[in-house]
Amino acid sequence: MDTITLAVVSAGLSQPSSTRLLADRLSDAVRAGLAEAGREVRIEHVELRELAHPIADNLVTGFPGQALRDAIETVTGADAVIAVTPIFSASYSGLFKSFFDVLEQGALTGKPALLGATGGTARHSLALDHALRPLFAYLRAAVVPTAVFAASEDWASAEQNGLGQHIDRAAQELAAVLLRQPARTRRPDAFADVVPFEQRLAALKLP
Amino acid sequence: MQFGIFTVGDVTPDPTTGRTPSERERIKAMVAIAQKAEEVGLDVFATGEHHNPPFVPSSPTTMLGWIAAKTERIILSTSTTLITTNDPVKIAEDFAMLQHLADGRVDVMLGRGNTGPVYPWFGKDIRDGISLAVENYALLRRLWREEVVDWEGRFRTPLQSFTSTPRPMDDVPPFVWHGSIRSPEIAEQAAYYGDGFFHNNIFWPADHTKRMIELYRARYAHYGHGTAEQAIVGLGGQVFMRRNSQDAVREFRPYFDNAPVYGHGPSLEEFTAQTPLTVGTPEQVIEKTLGFRDYAGDYQRQLFLVDHAGLPLKTVLEQIDLLGEEVVPVLRREFAKNRPADVPDAPTHASLLAAREAGAAAVQA
Repeated sequence: MDTITLAVVSAGLSQPSSTRLLADRLSDAVRAGLAEAGREVRIEHVELRELAHPIADNLVTGFPGQALRDAIETVTGADAVIAVTPIFSASYSGLFKSFFDVLEQGALTGKPALLGATGGTARHSLALDHALRPLFAYLRAAVVPTAVFAASEDWASAEQNGLGQHIDRAAQELAAVLLRQPARTRRPDAFADVVPFEQRLAALKLP
Repeated sequence: MQFGIFTVGDVTPDPTTGRTPSERERIKAMVAIAQKAEEVGLDVFATGEHHNPPFVPSSPTTMLGWIAAKTERIILSTSTTLITTNDPVKIAEDFAMLQHLADGRVDVMLGRGNTGPVYPWFGKDIRDGISLAVENYALLRRLWREEVVDWEGRFRTPLQSFTSTPRPMDDVPPFVWHGSIRSPEIAEQAAYYGDGFFHNNIFWPADHTKRMIELYRARYAHYGHGTAEQAIVGLGGQVFMRRNSQDAVREFRPYFDNAPVYGHGPSLEEFTAQTPLTVGTPEQVIEKTLGFRDYAGDYQRQLFLVDHAGLPLKTVLEQIDLLGEEVVPVLRREFAKNRPADVPDAPTHASLLAAREAGAAAVQA
């Protein structure tokens, strides 16, 4: 069986970051769930803080530099994405959004995804549903039903209350999706799978 | 191998003085640049086509017709002619007209354009971009090759018994390059017809350029026009030169930092490392340009961008002098080394005419 790769995109800005902490908890839980089914997991981290300049450069120039290109390939090439952002001003952070803005159209189509967010208080938790879900719906990612929000106070909650339960449920959902998935399907490659020109001409023929 | 200049035709304030040239000044500067290119021995001058400020060249064949009258040798081309939003009938006629005026010193580079509103301004939909390029070019080819055309398609009024006029000079249509930065579909189109493919790599890393060119070459061979190595490839380049490398960097930096396309993004140093941009001595430009062959193979046309971002005309003309006097002679010599004998030059009117006559003679014999 192939190793399952998980790309973990984390948009936390501080060091250490509670956003990264949540991302780690989520990816560890997914790994544990898949291990029970005998599947190996490779986790690849994409820390957006380290890519802040390259992302801004891509917005300006229209192409990704090498470091950003590697990160994009990590995310688009993974079997699933775990994406976690701090909530700023009622939504995902600008850096988080900018990373998804520079992906090619269709890059995440059908990609299993687990969403997470962090914030000062639970008042911001609905941002997961009114901001992150629409974004990933637009990207046509296959988002699992449970998204996880961690407020500051949640880090003090007893393990099997609240946050821990949410993490486990979300991780099980993603693991289940990955276990149901057939062997990885290759993303269509516009270079390798070029449409023969006769087909393009024929498609324009009037009936 | 052909070397030349391609211009976007932007009217941009000079960031070092704040001065913005008038449209008239910029248009005349483009003419002066073309004349200078011929004077220093370059082979090609190509102008962009735009329909929105701050760009001036909306009517390339008007400009190229005027330049044709002022020059004797240089090939006049475009970078690019919008195959999506222009009527292919008008492209056929404009460029045939230009051919006659310029005694055949004409080819054309087709592109889709990258300014969203241009499509609706000309009654088109940007989502049809590729389809427009495919259908319009299929019609353009027929208009140049068939005296009387009956035609019906998706995007334009049908034609019954239509003759595009004037006919191409000597019945040899202008050679066509297809320019695309990121669309494999266009590389495929160029390959299908055995036309040239120009990758404007100036804002792109080498491995992307390599991928586009490799696709075009492989498909060119697939369609039986020759070997992959014989496909007709053009590349861009962007340079700023002074005798002393530090002087070049110091003088160009404000233009780079404020350039409309990439300004306020990566640093000059980062951009130089990632893209074909070279800011330095003529020797550095030679070295970088020769390196293009490592990933693009032996190619046919090299166009340099030298006149954007508000650089004053005097400076631009100095750049062209350096290209003509110091850079291009070395590039010609070095690119000729180890170039396989069966890699053709870029087709010209004379070579296409000769090829057709040779073909006709072979049929008769």
